[in-house]
This record gives sequence, structure tokens and C-alpha cells, in this order.
Amino acid sequence: MKYRLLYFASLRDQAGSAEEAVASTARDPHALYAELAARHGFAFAPERLRVAVNGEFAGWNRELHEGDEIAFLPPVSGG
Amino acid sequence: MTGVFSISPNAIDVEALRRTLATPGAGAVVCFEGRVRDRNEGRAVSSLSYQAYRELAEAEGRKIVEEARARFGIAHALCVHRVGELAPDELAVWVGISAAHRAAAFDACRYVIDQVKARVPIWKREHYVEGRAEWLHPSAEQAPPRT
Repeated sequence: MKYRLLYFASLRDQAGSAEEAVASTARDPHALYAELAARHGFAFAPERLRVAVNGEFAGWNRELHEGDEIAFLPPVSGG
Repeated sequence: MTGVFSISPNAIDVEALRRTLATPGAGAVVCFEGRVRDRNEGRAVSSLSYQAYRELAEAEGRKIVEEARARFGIAHALCVHRVGELAPDELAVWVGISAAHRAAAFDACRYVIDQVKARVPIWKREHYVEGRAEWLHPSAEQAPPRT
């Protein structure tokens, strides 16, 4: 399936772009993150990240669909 | 200014925001200004850059403001957070609350800024005088509680 990934902060720097289109056999965020972490060298364990799908927070086991927009959010530091 | 929580690439106009909080029944207005410090954990900071997942940040920020209204019975609440490059002493985040009495206004203001720092997808990168720059990704122990 094809997904659109959004990257922020240090993950954006490591991925080398703010977003990318990926084709993947992963069907949930957990499997998808494992693929991306291996490819881009992301060091964060999933426990330290939050997941967003189509602009809303989502669980790691959420079923993904064709065209979903997914973001893995590193620990926030606003304020 | 649109909505009760917004992400702004431009300088925050505090006077305009404060005017929108005014309401005849509100005897108390409490405002918090978060400004860029020139040091963090012993290192001299030359500037900060903030990045946000704007769509989700604004949705989560609105939720926090609505929680504050429900929890503390205040009249109005507004919050604006900057993105982009900021120099020391620049205003990074502003929270304003109006309420009938001061206790609710103080409590709601504290709630909004604490929750924004803990939950809203915004990140800061510190640029140090010595030349390096780092994204801040605090661990759960360093971060303020989410409740």
C-alpha cells in the first residue's frame, strides 16, 4: 500500500525531508515504523514516539489504509 | 487571529489578543508570556527555532483550551505559539485567560501552558553560541506531567 509520511524535528533531519511517499507491506504503524527506522536510522524506540494518522493521534495497532498520511512524533518541546 | 489556539509564523500581537479577552463579567485577566532564554542547562543559547505539526497542534491546542473552560469555568481563553526563528527575549508562547475571579484565571492559565508544553506537537531546536544546534526531545521524566 502507498502511504504519505510526515517527519518533524530530529526525525525530519534524519530522513532528509519533511515528507515522503512510501510503498509498504506494513499494515499498522508499528510495522511501518520498524521499516522506516531501519531505512533512515531512526534511534527512537517506539515507546518514546506518538503516532498520528490523517491529522489525529492514533494507536500503534491502528489498521492503515491506502493513502493514509502518517506521522511519528518525537517527544515534544514547545513552550 | 483565528480560533482560540493558533500557531503563528509572525510576532505575537499581545495588545490585540488582550483586547479580545475583555468581557464585562470578567474581573480577572491572567496572561502568561513564555520568552526565549539566553541559556539552557548551562549552555549559552543564541537563538531557537520552533517547528510544529500545524494541523494537529491547532486541534490539540483547541482541545486544551476547551478543557480549561470546562474545568475552571472561565470566560475566555486564548493561546498563540510561535514557529520559526526566535532570538533571546522574543515571545514564544502567550496564554491569556479572563474569568469572573482571579483564582480560576490563574489555575486555568497554569493548566493551559502546562498541557501545551506536554501535549502539543511543537518542537524547539536550540542554537548555541558555541556553534552547534540540537532538537530538544525531553524524556518522560524531564517533561511536565500530562494530567
